[in-house]
Amino acid sequence: MARRDRPLSPHLQVYRFQLHMAMSIFHRATGVALSVGALFLTWWLVAAATGPVYFEQVQGYIATPVGRLFLFGFSFALFYHMLNGIRHLNWDMGRGYAKEKFKRSGQMVIILAVVLTLAVWAWAYRALGLM
Amino acid sequence: MRTALGKVRGLGSAKSGVHHWWAQRLTAIALLPLMVWFVASMVSLVGADHRTVVEWIANPLTSALLVALVLAVFYHLRLGLQVVIEDYLHGGTRMVLLVFVNFASILLGLMAIIAVLKIAFGS
Repeated sequence: MARRDRPLSPHLQVYRFQLHMAMSIFHRATGVALSVGALFLTWWLVAAATGPVYFEQVQGYIATPVGRLFLFGFSFALFYHMLNGIRHLNWDMGRGYAKEKFKRSGQMVIILAVVLTLAVWAWAYRALGLM
Repeated sequence: MRTALGKVRGLGSAKSGVHHWWAQRLTAIALLPLMVWFVASMVSLVGADHRTVVEWIANPLTSALLVALVLAVFYHLRLGLQVVIEDYLHGGTRMVLLVFVNFASILLGLMAIIAVLKIAFGS
């Protein structure tokens, strides 16, 4: 049937690169990454329910540089996805579509996501007495 | 006799129209405060041992919020991944992956919830 030749949904090749499209696809990418994060959350909870020995082992994995890098990535993805999600909810209410507002809210999301991620990690390292 | 608006409202081609869209937004809104609470809790638990973490989870407010968070997370990610799969994949792979995402999100969500409840009910 002819329907097989229909183009795939996101026609990436017809877009010129710009902030909005990059932020849009990054929202998806962070969403997918956070789904993997949910797997880690489950693992952590199951470890806590399993017992002290296994839990400390899992905490040990998380404390390695690779583990922390994953956690750092998840935290940034979470803040970005949450902030950009608020932006989406605002659009859903029919607001924020003016070109200037659109641009400004996008820049705000990026700046706030970076600031919040760094703030949370600074807070965590302070709590550990490492900063 | 129904009006055109009455026919359209809430009903899509599969009679579930806006449900996916609406559920995605509702879970998103629920996750905003839940995630702020969760991140703050995780930071305050940095370096905590097993006993402290288990005591934290066993608190009824914590267990309730954790179960709510897990439910919202897995429902939200199931809806999100569904759209991603539908956009980029076609044919048999699409169907297989959609079924896989459905089963996996339900199973993992159940595991997380049971882990929380096991601690909450003290064992």
